[in-house]
Amino acid sequence: MTARRPYKRPMPGWWRKNPYFVEYVVHEATACFVAAYALVFLAGLLCLVQGEEAWAAWLAVLRSPWSIVAHLVMLVAMGYHSYTWFKIMPKTLPPVVVRGQRLSPGAITGGGLFAALAASLLVLGLAWGVLQ
Amino acid sequence: MSKRSNEPIFWLLFGAGGMFSALIGPALVIVTGLAVPLGVVFAPDALRYEHAHALAQHWLGKGFLFLVVSLFLWHAGHRIFHSLHDFGIHAGGVARAVCYGVPAAATVLAAAALLSIGF
Amino acid sequence: MSEQEKIIEIEVLRYRPEQDEKPVPQVFKVPFTDDMSVLQGIQYIKDWLDGTLSYRWSCRMAICGSCGMMVDGVPKLACKTFLRDYYPNRVRIEALAHFPIERDLVIVADDFIEKLQRIKPWIIPKEARTLEQGEYIQTPAELDVYEQFSSCINCMLCYAACPQYGLNDKFLGPGIIALLHRYNADSRDGAEAERMQEIHGHEGVFNCTAVGYCSEVCPKGVDPANAVNVNKTKVAQDYFLRFIRPKAKGDCE
Repeated sequence: MTARRPYKRPMPGWWRKNPYFVEYVVHEATACFVAAYALVFLAGLLCLVQGEEAWAAWLAVLRSPWSIVAHLVMLVAMGYHSYTWFKIMPKTLPPVVVRGQRLSPGAITGGGLFAALAASLLVLGLAWGVLQ
Repeated sequence: MSKRSNEPIFWLLFGAGGMFSALIGPALVIVTGLAVPLGVVFAPDALRYEHAHALAQHWLGKGFLFLVVSLFLWHAGHRIFHSLHDFGIHAGGVARAVCYGVPAAATVLAAAALLSIGF
Repeated sequence: MSEQEKIIEIEVLRYRPEQDEKPVPQVFKVPFTDDMSVLQGIQYIKDWLDGTLSYRWSCRMAICGSCGMMVDGVPKLACKTFLRDYYPNRVRIEALAHFPIERDLVIVADDFIEKLQRIKPWIIPKEARTLEQGEYIQTPAELDVYEQFSSCINCMLCYAACPQYGLNDKFLGPGIIALLHRYNADSRDGAEAERMQEIHGHEGVFNCTAVGYCSEVCPKGVDPANAVNVNKTKVAQDYFLRFIRPKAKGDCE
């Protein structure tokens, strides 16, 4: 008889081999843009502490074409993060029971996206009100 | 039987930051990164020093600014740490130090900055 | 049989440890009819083309969970997948991903079996009842909490779909955690604290990054991703609440 020699297959580039994994890697990568935005935000905060001049310098950087392009990319990435965050929510959330009925995956995702829309409008409205 | 992991702390920060950024991230980018700098809808000087300073002095504004910096980074750091593992960069000490060190440092910096601005 | 015979090319990843250094593809031309499953195609190969081909199968009706394999890179039950859906293209068959290959399409399932035993996949009654006391009563609502998870047939497709298991086979994995949840969520069971110790470590629920593909490939409509993520919340609750609640049986640090 032959001796056993189990073969363990290596997984190089596994994320390229299935569209489902490609999407997974793309939505995980949105974290880089969330981090980038938070760091720009933190830089602004640190400039604000240093006074008016530093703050004006930060604002000037934000007005540069590079910054505008970067923020457009961040907007797309962050939007995709929102979408995928709520899309996976039916799998991450414990069953939600409303009036004796378990909420469908579509209802959970839809509810999340609706909440995001409402929160976004609130932020835009508040910003518009506060920054008059 | 296995040893209890401290992962719940980081997972909760990841989840909170993920939810927070999913809810308002795009709107924030639009306001601070696009609309205000471009002077669209908002006045070009909408984010002038007095405005920003007043926002950072108000306790509500302080809390909000702190949460944006801190939670966004805890979310991103945790996710990037796990993605590095996915790409075969195994949970080494350096990866861990960067992915969780940056959010920790940013949390301290943001808190210090907001406190030094005063109330 | 059909008016005209169709021939499909089946590419099988062969591995014969006594002669192959590593797995090699081998192509077979298989005549098929529209009602033939991939499993029947493989059986044709074994009966008529190459008797040395090894694979696992039993029931032919998606309940024994033996014939899981990668079909065009996707984890499938061979008996529940049809050749007509791949024709006229060549269909690629490979042993379930992420498990070591024993021979051809047969994987080494020891790791899965060991983990299955570890989570005590049976009801450990909250309170033991004697025969005289009668059966354990359960309401339809109590059944509904765990019913879908009890449909698991241990076919391991979810493991072949889980990159985290592939990257680290210490991870308890989707199917086993779904089964653990099936028993923890059963109103008759009282061993949750005991089983939680298997999932609160690094290779427990937190090894999962919510890829979600496990739930997509399950042939029985189980949602292992949900079981894993619900248990992240449970482990997190347990992590923080252990400081304020009295010590329960089975607690550990």
